[in-house]
Amino acid sequence: MSVVVRQDPQLLGVNPPLIQGGKDFRDVTNDISSITEAKVFETPMKYWIALACTGSVLALLGAMLAYLVANGVGVWGNNRPVGWAWDITNFVFWIGIGHAGTLISAILFLFRQKWRTSINRSAEAMTLFAVMCAGIFPLFHTGRPWRAAYWLFPIPNTDLNMWQNFRSPLIWDVFAVSTYLTISALFWFTGLVPDLATLRDRATGKVKQVVLGFFALGWRGSAKHWRNYEAGYMILAGLSTPLVLSVHSVVSFDFATSVIPGWHTTIFPPYFVAGAVFSGFAMVMTLLIICRYLLNLDNYITIKHLENMNKIILVTGSIVGYAYCTEFFIAWYSGNPYERFTFFNRAFGPYWWAYWMMMTCNVISPQFYWSKTLRRSIPFMFVMSIVVNIGMWFERFVIIATSLHRDFLPSSWGYFRPTWVDISTFIGTFGLFLTMFLLFARFLPMIAMSEVKGVLAHEKHAFAAPGTNQESHEEAPKHA
Amino acid sequence: MPSPQNSAAALEELKEKLGIGADKTHAAIGSFETPEALVEAGKKIYAMGYRKLDAMSPFPVHGIDDAIGIPRSILGWIVICFGLLGLFTAQGLMYYVGVVNYPLIIGGKPLFDFTFTVPVTFELTVLFSGISATIGIFALNGLPQLYHPTMKYKQFHRASDDRFLLVVDADDPKFNAEKTSADLKSLGAQDVEVVVG
Repeated sequence: MSVVVRQDPQLLGVNPPLIQGGKDFRDVTNDISSITEAKVFETPMKYWIALACTGSVLALLGAMLAYLVANGVGVWGNNRPVGWAWDITNFVFWIGIGHAGTLISAILFLFRQKWRTSINRSAEAMTLFAVMCAGIFPLFHTGRPWRAAYWLFPIPNTDLNMWQNFRSPLIWDVFAVSTYLTISALFWFTGLVPDLATLRDRATGKVKQVVLGFFALGWRGSAKHWRNYEAGYMILAGLSTPLVLSVHSVVSFDFATSVIPGWHTTIFPPYFVAGAVFSGFAMVMTLLIICRYLLNLDNYITIKHLENMNKIILVTGSIVGYAYCTEFFIAWYSGNPYERFTFFNRAFGPYWWAYWMMMTCNVISPQFYWSKTLRRSIPFMFVMSIVVNIGMWFERFVIIATSLHRDFLPSSWGYFRPTWVDISTFIGTFGLFLTMFLLFARFLPMIAMSEVKGVLAHEKHAFAAPGTNQESHEEAPKHA
Repeated sequence: MPSPQNSAAALEELKEKLGIGADKTHAAIGSFETPEALVEAGKKIYAMGYRKLDAMSPFPVHGIDDAIGIPRSILGWIVICFGLLGLFTAQGLMYYVGVVNYPLIIGGKPLFDFTFTVPVTFELTVLFSGISATIGIFALNGLPQLYHPTMKYKQFHRASDDRFLLVVDADDPKFNAEKTSADLKSLGAQDVEVVVG
């Protein structure tokens, strides 16, 4: 019996329980709910200080966007020959971040990876906020975001009397990203409902009861409910899996379907998807290490969860490194002089520093994770998660800016420099992202209680109910 | 104009329909400490001949559906229908826009072709399926329904915490308040209660 085998102390070291600290169902409810139920003055001061900081950065974003609307898109540094620059770099960067959330919640669910339950809620929330940040850039690049709906979506109108060009990958992108945001939000909310019901049943104040009762939709955890819920959850996971692969593939079509050397390659879709998962996992890592520390979630987000994530970072980082090499090889092997020049120029041209930054952060740094000690060292992985995201931002910048800045005609070569508005807007999106995440971590259950309890029930040894499982604890040494 | 008497009668009728009211017996409920105990009791009570059964638990308990005879969810069929609707909506939209309403030759490309419609068609299929799956989960469960008689059970709040409740509906032909309570107790249920309301 697997339950008994797991109690062998030697095997326990190899395959420890996913939830530490001998928690039972009641402990899970209390530990997770108490974070959201804490009174304002009970929340640590460091939380409010952090929120004030991120809120200020969010205000910077608001100011920068207002400045852009007032003055026009010219306040960004995009100009010939680099017509797409930081805006689309940031867009791809943020969309990529989001992909880890869907990977954790959907793909790992389909693969029955039980360790996902401690981290899926926060990763999904992160997806939502990252996609919001991403959406800001194309939306404001239109210059008139309040009219953008007519340009982006096929809404019959007398305003323009035109339709979108469905042969353009940019319109595919609109559909991909808006579908992604919608489905991620629905998936996240569906998972949240049983936990909101838990909070509703624990709520003390009238206002809390009404608000939570409203959002819990009257969930009772009936077997009939769970039957439809599980079917629906499986369907949503099954839909999200191809969806997440399609989103970054479509994002890469924005480049791959053009005829610019350095962009026009068939390797882009898988390479973009791997890069997205790579950067997204790094971002989940950064956020979880902070939350784990601030909210005392060590027993739920264990070293095993973090190590598994580092393994995924190692795999996807290696895929990304392999893709860089393939790209370079094909540029040489194609015999196309423009293609060859672009790649030579990337590594040794004026943007050499960006290229080597990308190579160091994305190809070399994840290789440290072959070492188990480093994979399990929290300070190391925290630094590494940030390094990876720096590298992945540079990857998008390198692909976009270096391919554009020296095109076919040397007379129109140029060098892109971001303006202060470019830089402040990008920093500002971190304000939006972190503010939303902090609010989420404080006011909603950050760990999916119902799912963690399901895992606990599975790992019976961690669940010591009177009478039933006590015996198996005692029996264990005999079997071992 | 409905007179006050009429509206009172209408209210009674509505209460009757919804199965709520001060004197309405709704169900007998007992609680168990572990999912295994719930499934075991579910099997036994089903064998006793009860058919209108339900369970309430903080997470999906595997095996309970079979134990108390809850059929498979029909959600998949609903989602397939809406997915196909999304697929045809996308194809129809792009055909109408490209060929009928706004034909525009760009780069000598055809006005409509299967290949370039793939991404948008895929996305709309997923969008329609996903929205119908989410609405379906709640609609098939009769939610949102902010009040339900079983919420009157004193240990109801434990069902979203750490207890596993077995519910015998009063509509069950075999239901008898005392007998059913005794049956639940005989299966090891704690806090057995007949819920009225």
